Amino acid sequence: MGAVAGTAVVLALLPFALSGYHQALAAKAGTFFIAILGLNILIGYSGQISIGHGAFMAIGGYTTAVLSRDHHTNLVLTMLAAFAICFVCGLLVGLPALRLSGVYLALATFALAVSVPQFPLKFSKYLGGSGGVQSARTVSPLWLYGVGWSAAAILFVLAWLILRGRTGRAFRAIRDSEVAATSSGVELPVYKTLAFGISAAFAGVAGSLFVLGTNGFAQPSEFGVILSLQILIGAAVAGLGSLGGVIVGAVFVGLLPEISSSVPLIGSSHGQDVVFGLLVILIMLLLPTGAAGLVPRLRRLRARA
Amino acid sequence: MVELARRIDLRPHRTYAGVSLPVILGLFAACVFLAGGCLSSGIFAQQTVAGLAQGAVYASLALALVLIYRATEVINFAQGEMAMASVYIAYQLIQWGFSYWEAFVVTLAVAFVLGVVIQVAVIRPVQHTSVIAVVIVTVGLFILIDGLVNWKWGGAIRFMPAPFGQKVYHAGGVAFARQDLGTMAVTVVSVVLLWFLFQFTKLGLGMRAAALRPAAATLVGVRVEVMLAIGWGLAAVLGAVAGLMAEPAQFVLQPTLMQSVLLYAFAAAVLGGLESPAGAVVGGLALGVFLNLVGQYVHFITSELRQPFAFAVLLAVLLVKPTGLFGRSRVRKV
Amino acid sequence: MAPLLELHGVTARYGQVHALHGVSLTVDEGQVVAVLGANGAGKTTTLRAVSGTVRRDGEIRFDGRPLGRHGPETVARLGIAHVPEGRGTFAELTVWDNLRLGGYTRRTSLKDDFARVLEYFPWLEERRSQQAGTLSGGEQQMLALARAFMQRPRLLLLDEPSLGLAPLLVTEVFRIVKELNETTGLTVLVVEQNAHIALQAAQTAYVLEVGRVALSGPSAELREHESVRRSYLGY
Repeated sequence: MGAVAGTAVVLALLPFALSGYHQALAAKAGTFFIAILGLNILIGYSGQISIGHGAFMAIGGYTTAVLSRDHHTNLVLTMLAAFAICFVCGLLVGLPALRLSGVYLALATFALAVSVPQFPLKFSKYLGGSGGVQSARTVSPLWLYGVGWSAAAILFVLAWLILRGRTGRAFRAIRDSEVAATSSGVELPVYKTLAFGISAAFAGVAGSLFVLGTNGFAQPSEFGVILSLQILIGAAVAGLGSLGGVIVGAVFVGLLPEISSSVPLIGSSHGQDVVFGLLVILIMLLLPTGAAGLVPRLRRLRARA
Repeated sequence: MVELARRIDLRPHRTYAGVSLPVILGLFAACVFLAGGCLSSGIFAQQTVAGLAQGAVYASLALALVLIYRATEVINFAQGEMAMASVYIAYQLIQWGFSYWEAFVVTLAVAFVLGVVIQVAVIRPVQHTSVIAVVIVTVGLFILIDGLVNWKWGGAIRFMPAPFGQKVYHAGGVAFARQDLGTMAVTVVSVVLLWFLFQFTKLGLGMRAAALRPAAATLVGVRVEVMLAIGWGLAAVLGAVAGLMAEPAQFVLQPTLMQSVLLYAFAAAVLGGLESPAGAVVGGLALGVFLNLVGQYVHFITSELRQPFAFAVLLAVLLVKPTGLFGRSRVRKV
Repeated sequence: MAPLLELHGVTARYGQVHALHGVSLTVDEGQVVAVLGANGAGKTTTLRAVSGTVRRDGEIRFDGRPLGRHGPETVARLGIAHVPEGRGTFAELTVWDNLRLGGYTRRTSLKDDFARVLEYFPWLEERRSQQAGTLSGGEQQMLALARAFMQRPRLLLLDEPSLGLAPLLVTEVFRIVKELNETTGLTVLVVEQNAHIALQAAQTAYVLEVGRVALSGPSAELREHESVRRSYLGY
């Protein structure tokens, strides 16, 4: 609890110490924070894998851009709309997902990540084609930081409330054993699709922020497979089934590429990929349970010493 | 004794045969349809052959995925990038003055070694922690290899000599590219060699045992870790074959070479049931032909919709048969 | 003559849970030795300690050589065949492939071995291309024995061969084990719940209780022993 409060205070004070560029970077970490949080609810708590959450981010992002372009909707309201639309989309994806599990579910969601960014290309009249959709308003880095991390805080509390109650218990029961969960009265279809919906809604908000972070410009190429994989990596680095490490995962995927690209020797964007790939592998080798697994491990070491 | 056993043991005999009758009938119907179409229309025949060549590439990479999935229960996301890197190695060898087929053979050897090294260095240490950790490591490999190739060779387009030439044969008003026929031949040879290895050699037997029941395999003296490493090596070789056959079809070499092929290979492997090598081959070929014919005759499915459409079909198949066409349904452990 | 297998103060654990607290036993060449005990007494773990499929400490000597450091693959190559609980047959492979796996560690032709195995299990011939998973429980147990026999082991570790089999089949399994022992001099260390049949087959027996040897001696003596009779034989 103390750690959460401390982090919140640091995050609240941070923008005053940062330049605009760094505020934007920190806002990007906030975007990933929300997406990773959502994915963690799905994988870590309900036991269903998705490697296609970039698709929901795309839907959320386009929601914001299109609403703003066509109706000049308030941007915060578009984020709420993204939340609602992606919640429904998540439920819709969750329904067929009931029949799939494990690797098959993973690949089906992966298919989603591949397919969704293709739709703007096909329906370019409404969704702008490869050129993308420009929202009517752009925002300052400080706005992005403030709204982004406020949203992150609200959603974090929301996630915490959901997971500590009845719903969270049902999720964990399903994750640990579907058969046992059913026989103790948990309605599998309800809770499994609900997990998909909640998780997708979080990703939708992240998508909105993501688009606002790229000058309000929603583009298919930004929502490629790599984005989905980045969220997945973030969730694994954070540690699944625990909310404590989410910020570590967010900082890792949000900031590391930018930081490593400014290091002289590896300066090019490809050098940055090499460093990122190497670090991902190294972290998994050293900490297969992610940052969240670090605390119990340290505790055990201390107990032994 | 056997009679006695039969009389006393009343438990139902489990069957492990993977293919069900409706699937066989469906495949048979599809073959009849294709044969009929080929006889009645030259364009149809041409598209079918081109589709088979495309499908052969998907099948090779799908087979590589299946090999690793059977042994490690993990999808290797880096399989396509490993294949792409192999093609660059071949490119480099040709630049150094090797002929195409010399480079081909050397590349396969290098790919084998790389596959083994990757398994030993980064997969084995996380193998027993969690599936998700292994998956993330392969995703990390994807990014790493992609970065390395871009770093070394750059993203610019490169050209390689065509292995089979640009010749086109005409038979009965239908044009067959020599390239397509060559791709199919190479795939068939590699699949047959692999099948022979698994079915008739001691090494293959050990690999099958290690993949199916590692604990029991160690008890008869099979060195399971060695077998898994060899499995990764063989998968890398198959991937390299797929890559080298995919390159001439796209006419140019660039780091994105295998990314869409990997997606179709995923689809093919899942279509075939992920655990069935035969399923992967059938899935790959079916996907190649199907997509080519749909592209020819269904005008709504433009090139942007090719991938979503392929995955929609995959999803439809999965919803009817959640473990693929050739997959066996597993009894869930409680 | 030194014993073929010698355990001295062997301990073993699964994670934090200790399953063996210092087990000592010896198996002489050519003998059938039984290990009896209740559920959780450590019978299976004793076999697993020998074959190296569990973390173990203490002294284990096979033919005078220490086994302690070796993993299961190496132990198998030294001539110890382990038929685990649940038989360890490769259900997805054919009967014949299962037998070939038995001879996996040898470089020479397996022809003679097949012939020898078929002497004891003639029905395997007609089932050779059938998937092992489609055999009945009794047949699978026989196949597991046959596969172990293909390893040309000097020591056979047999874990609960009676598990899940009808009484008549249990008798049949033990008859074959006894026959192999008498005709080929195969040494057997067998773990069994069914004390009655195990004591009939074995010359020597050990009784385990919570990870320790509680009793040991020739089978004939143990059969008369008060507590063995009451706890394990039921009369």
